[in-house]
Amino acid sequence: MLRFLLGRLVKIVLILLAITVLNFCLIHMAPGDPALVMAGEAGDADPKFLAQLRTQFGLDQPFYVQLWAYVSHVLMGDLGYSYRQQMPVSTLILQRLPATLILSITAFALSLGLGVLAGVVAAARQGRWSDSLISAVALLFYATPLFWMALMAVLLFSVQLDWLPAFGYEQAASGLHGLARAFDIARHLVLPATTLGLFFMATYVRITRASMLEVNRLDFVKTARAKGLKPSVIQRRHVLRNAILPVVTLAGLHAGQLVGGAVLIETVFAWPGIGRLMFEALQSRDYNTLLGVFVVSSALVLLFNLITDILYRIVDPRIRAS
Amino acid sequence: MTDTPSPSVTIDHLRIALPEGADRPYAVDRVDFRLYPGKVLCVVGESGSGKSMSANALMGLLPEGVRVADGRIRLGDTDILAQDEEGMRGLRGRRMAMIFQEPMSALNPLMKIADQIAEVFEAHNLLRPAERRARALELLTEVGLPDPARAAASYPHQLSGGQRQRVVIAMALALEPEVLVADEPTTALDVTTQAQILELIRRLQVDHNMAVMFITHDFGVVAEIADHVAVMQLGRVVEEGPADTVLRNPQHAYTRKLIDAIPKLGAGRAEAPERPPLLTVEGVSKTYHLGGGLFAKSRKVEAVRDISVTLGRGETLGIVGESGSGKSSLGRCLVRLQDVSAGRIAIDGQDMTRLQGAELRALRRRVQMIFQDPFASLNPRIRVGRAIADGPIAYGTPVATAMAEAEALLERVGLPGTARRFPHEFSGGQRQRIGIARALALKPEVIVADEAVSALDVSIQAQVLDLLDELKRELGLSLIFITHDLRVAAQICDRVMVMQKGACVELGPGAQIFDAPAHAYTRSLIDAIPGRDWDQSAA
Repeated sequence: MLRFLLGRLVKIVLILLAITVLNFCLIHMAPGDPALVMAGEAGDADPKFLAQLRTQFGLDQPFYVQLWAYVSHVLMGDLGYSYRQQMPVSTLILQRLPATLILSITAFALSLGLGVLAGVVAAARQGRWSDSLISAVALLFYATPLFWMALMAVLLFSVQLDWLPAFGYEQAASGLHGLARAFDIARHLVLPATTLGLFFMATYVRITRASMLEVNRLDFVKTARAKGLKPSVIQRRHVLRNAILPVVTLAGLHAGQLVGGAVLIETVFAWPGIGRLMFEALQSRDYNTLLGVFVVSSALVLLFNLITDILYRIVDPRIRAS
Repeated sequence: MTDTPSPSVTIDHLRIALPEGADRPYAVDRVDFRLYPGKVLCVVGESGSGKSMSANALMGLLPEGVRVADGRIRLGDTDILAQDEEGMRGLRGRRMAMIFQEPMSALNPLMKIADQIAEVFEAHNLLRPAERRARALELLTEVGLPDPARAAASYPHQLSGGQRQRVVIAMALALEPEVLVADEPTTALDVTTQAQILELIRRLQVDHNMAVMFITHDFGVVAEIADHVAVMQLGRVVEEGPADTVLRNPQHAYTRKLIDAIPKLGAGRAEAPERPPLLTVEGVSKTYHLGGGLFAKSRKVEAVRDISVTLGRGETLGIVGESGSGKSSLGRCLVRLQDVSAGRIAIDGQDMTRLQGAELRALRRRVQMIFQDPFASLNPRIRVGRAIADGPIAYGTPVATAMAEAEALLERVGLPGTARRFPHEFSGGQRQRIGIARALALKPEVIVADEAVSALDVSIQAQVLDLLDELKRELGLSLIFITHDLRVAAQICDRVMVMQKGACVELGPGAQIFDAPAHAYTRSLIDAIPGRDWDQSAA
């Protein structure tokens, strides 16, 4: 296990390095640079001013010098400085990370829990109306565009019913502390987390249902029945445990993706997370911030992949052998 | 039987209805069975004869959509058909237990062996957890697992097929059931393992005075284990009686047909005539490197070790051995589905192990393969005519010509006018004929058949073997026949090579190998063939 972990960690560092280099190259191929945007906002497109800005940011250096400077800094844990926001990129990201983590972990747990549960129920009632209903609703969530679902949720629950806040992370300048603040954040969390979770939930429902039905046909389920086990025990201990394996694989992929920030949801609900930070940085050509977000979210994706692999080795003893 | 004890199980006029649209209305049609304590009833028949359905009906484990339409099943005084699901649950595992055909898939891959056995007690609320584990260990000892403590702590994938079957048997024995239903429990096992498992079932059945219903398609197995035999055909019992009578003096034409279809051991060819060599194998080895990575060291498996053999033009060479003996690895090297680690394989003197590109492609068509699994070896989404024509088309034959040739080949293997059908429309035997037609499409000189008839019923097996033999003579083919079934090898091979752990332990004319085996391993293989004594007395 230790050897496995060590090997994977080395690979993760190498992949991260490759991603950093690749992102840096890609961004420099895009038209426009931060100096141009800043000069434009300052209302002064004087070439002299531009050149001065470029020298200040090191943008006049040859490409490979810039690349080396960036990569070597990243290797030492320094993600650079955001000239637009006037603070270090790492501080900026750390400020936004908790909001994203709260949102995605909640959405993830919600979608996984409800999805697996609904999938199990649907499989157990295969062919009956409850199965059809679950499958149809899952398909509906899966097929509906996220932003539309988000807007409709806001319309219904905030505008029409006025049950929940429509956007934001917490009530601004409310001076709330402790539990009261947590409750306030939770209220703000309901709509974005549910909307984001529903989409992923739909995939878990479908894959759990299919996987349960498939495992139900396997020989060892018949062995379990021949032992005289209760159907509920058979479903839980023999069928679900085996059927959950493909769900783990998929959930692992999603987990990384979710932590990287849900740009759409964060934008619609004005959620101050990484996804929105990335979007803002992109619009203002804030390269350092953008690259920083990329590095951090790639690292998180890789980390979650590693966690999935470790989990997989725990749930499936056959993996350990090979 | 003079003083008949009362039967453990009475099945009267059992009728099992298939769902609408099946090929016949009843899977089982008015059959009667009696199971007696301490006796083994063998139910014999080909696939689709209804033998497994009868067993499943007794256990209350019929597949969905299939139901008992009529008749009575009694376990002692208990009316099985009157039980609800909860009532059946109380009987299953406790008063009657079942063992299955596929030891590989009959155990939950994610649970330790001890837990799976302990579950039987748990299901019936017996014993405390610690006692359950202790009993599990005792049971594993009783079924003869070499290291019961280690087996108890293992996961299924860490055990061999034979060991897993012992575990399934241990589970079945856990609550000392009156009745044991065994559905082809040795079919998936190697011949030596099969002999051990049969002996184990026999011993346990006597020790525990169980009534056993043993489902099999193999008359050799019947000769080993049966007290009483019932032969089933298309849902009906066509013949039944004491094992000796049915085996030595079969009355019904169908029973005789099944027994005649069994390849006879004595039929081996005495000597192989000198033939000009076609395929030369010289010192071939194949080593696999498993696992490994940045930090992990890989494991080395020597699958094939220094094999040298020559295949003569027009000869049939058998390669026999148990699973893991390396026979299939060697077969894949012969058609160059994989590269050899050492040695050379030459066809007409041309070394094919080093060829690449166009030269390799030109050689490939001269050596073709027929695969084991007739269900998995055809692409389910491609019409069989196209599947056969694909090879020639890849070699530049115009599509129309290749398709016409495919139709002719299908006709030759006994399936005229079927080119536009999909594989699922054929039975196992028919699919294997398609596999043969596919191999022949490239007009090869050598055919490597890897367990080509192992998945087939004995009468179908005989037909496919006859077809192969006919084609071989007609087209002047040379054949390498890989099998674990010594009976088949004895019947059709000129010479036989016996492999053990990757190495060749014996090579010689068929008759010599079977009548006067020189190597101890060959002798142990032959001794393990089920029904050998019956075979010899019948010959």
